[in-house]
Amino acid sequence: MAEQSYETNQPLQPKPKPKKRKPRLTLNQSKYLFVYACLLVPLLFYITIRFIPTLYTFNIGFREWNILSPEQPFIGFENYVALAQDPVFRKSLINTFIFIFFGVLGQVVIGLGVALLLQRINKFVGVFRVIYFIPYVTSIVAVSWVFRWLFMNNGFVNEMLVNLGLPAQLFLNSPNQAIYIIIATMVWQALGFQMVIFLAGLENIPKTFYEAAEVDGANSWQKFKSVTFPLLNPTIVFSVVIGSINFIQVSFTQVVNMSVDSAGGPLQSTLTIVVYIYQLAFRQFSMGMASAATVILFLIVLTITIIQMKVLSKKFDY
Amino acid sequence: MNKRTKSAIVYTLLILGSIIMIFPFIWMVSTSLKTPLEVYSLNIIPDNPTFENYRRIFQDTLFGKWFINSLIIAIVTTISVAFFDTLVGYIIAKYKFIGKTIIFIAILSTLMVPTEMLIIPWYLMSSEFGWTDNYWGLLFPGLMTGFGVFLMKQFMESIPDDLLDAARIDGLGEFKIFMKIAIPQVWPAISALCIFTFLSNWNAFLWPLIVIESPEIFTLPVGLSFFASGEFESRWELIMAGATITALPLILVFFLLQRHIIKGITLTGMK
Repeated sequence: MAEQSYETNQPLQPKPKPKKRKPRLTLNQSKYLFVYACLLVPLLFYITIRFIPTLYTFNIGFREWNILSPEQPFIGFENYVALAQDPVFRKSLINTFIFIFFGVLGQVVIGLGVALLLQRINKFVGVFRVIYFIPYVTSIVAVSWVFRWLFMNNGFVNEMLVNLGLPAQLFLNSPNQAIYIIIATMVWQALGFQMVIFLAGLENIPKTFYEAAEVDGANSWQKFKSVTFPLLNPTIVFSVVIGSINFIQVSFTQVVNMSVDSAGGPLQSTLTIVVYIYQLAFRQFSMGMASAATVILFLIVLTITIIQMKVLSKKFDY
Repeated sequence: MNKRTKSAIVYTLLILGSIIMIFPFIWMVSTSLKTPLEVYSLNIIPDNPTFENYRRIFQDTLFGKWFINSLIIAIVTTISVAFFDTLVGYIIAKYKFIGKTIIFIAILSTLMVPTEMLIIPWYLMSSEFGWTDNYWGLLFPGLMTGFGVFLMKQFMESIPDDLLDAARIDGLGEFKIFMKIAIPQVWPAISALCIFTFLSNWNAFLWPLIVIESPEIFTLPVGLSFFASGEFESRWELIMAGATITALPLILVFFLLQRHIIKGITLTGMK
């Protein structure tokens, strides 16, 4: 019965569309097609925007390359020799290490300190966490100018110092103080990030360890020294590495916006390697020497990354 | 010391710290509402608060344009990164194919190359192809990131293969499986990636400074920087109004999404 009605109904139904029959792909074939179709654009991007430019930088670094001159002769390591002999480059390198050392130290110590304090309270934890985190999610250039305004000759901080009967300071105009004001600004902006990372790290430490330490009669400092610190070590290493790489790269924005001459002043006291590279390449147009300097920057970042992988891949036993 | 004094000390330290974290923003907004006459006074609440500085900034300068430019760049980049990085991460995590390991290692290795190393070739490339001074020039370096691919691969690996195979048996195409089955599984990671990408593009300074010459195509950070160090140097009430416009949208977005953002950082930081 059913079959019959099916047959009689057949002519009334619209004809099934004549399917454009692609040769039917097997499951595996269609998977392959999908994979390579999707990878096409990304691979093109990575090759043309990342790989070729990276290799090209090495090439430019070995040439005397000025935008204005028509020829770019190969000169071997001469750019590197010139950099090594340039006192300004050496200064920028030293400053970069000052930035990394004090910046990362400040960020990690204060970030960990805030995280430890937050761990001790029960109320308003969320509110404090948001407050300490706000600077991290805002504009770096805007923050730079706000701090420049705060630390002006006649700005808020100096007015406060004078009101307290203390001498006014030169701050960003002083070759000795400027770099530390910029570092402080960067620490202020980034410590919320470190705090969040540390809070998560602290939460991962099993409570039983603290209970055991308490049974043994340990005080707060002893608990920190023998439980918190060793178990938090991988988190601290992670923070230090992320912080170092950030400080190398981000420092450009702060230095350009906070140094009095927008170029690492006064007296090159805040000049970092990235600012130096920018000046060479886009103010003096010596692309060759600037590229050589970026290769050195690359080697520094690479070293830090390798240390990261070495240290982080160590297993920590509880 | 008893428990109460201890916790009183902890709260006092945290509150003092909070004041240091918040005060620069209060000072920024406060200065932006002052008249030129009052700008050097230490009042936190201005005597004659005025929106005149904001009116001037939007009428006499290109801040409005810069704001829109920044928004366009950040949104387009974020969409591109979210789509391509997630797709590539998914493919590397969930398919077997020839060349997979090489492709993954190659993408990972781009993480070790600092952007600063690429700006000179990018610049030469842009001058060659006419990409300077337009939106495409601003956009192209950030359309995909090695970090995002790595992050998404880690998360995609946690999706069970059975789930994807079940969808295949139901007759779903490969792309539909990606869109309808895979993406919902890793939504928190995608939103964290979006937030990071948006933030770093909103803050981008070095590359926009190099590739753009016409003030009409500046992004907010470059515009603010030129504004504050150029014609309006030392007009702090105007500079702070500009800074407020640049900083505030991010803070507002943060308040709306703070739970996701903090969770996202924890999530990605721990991976």
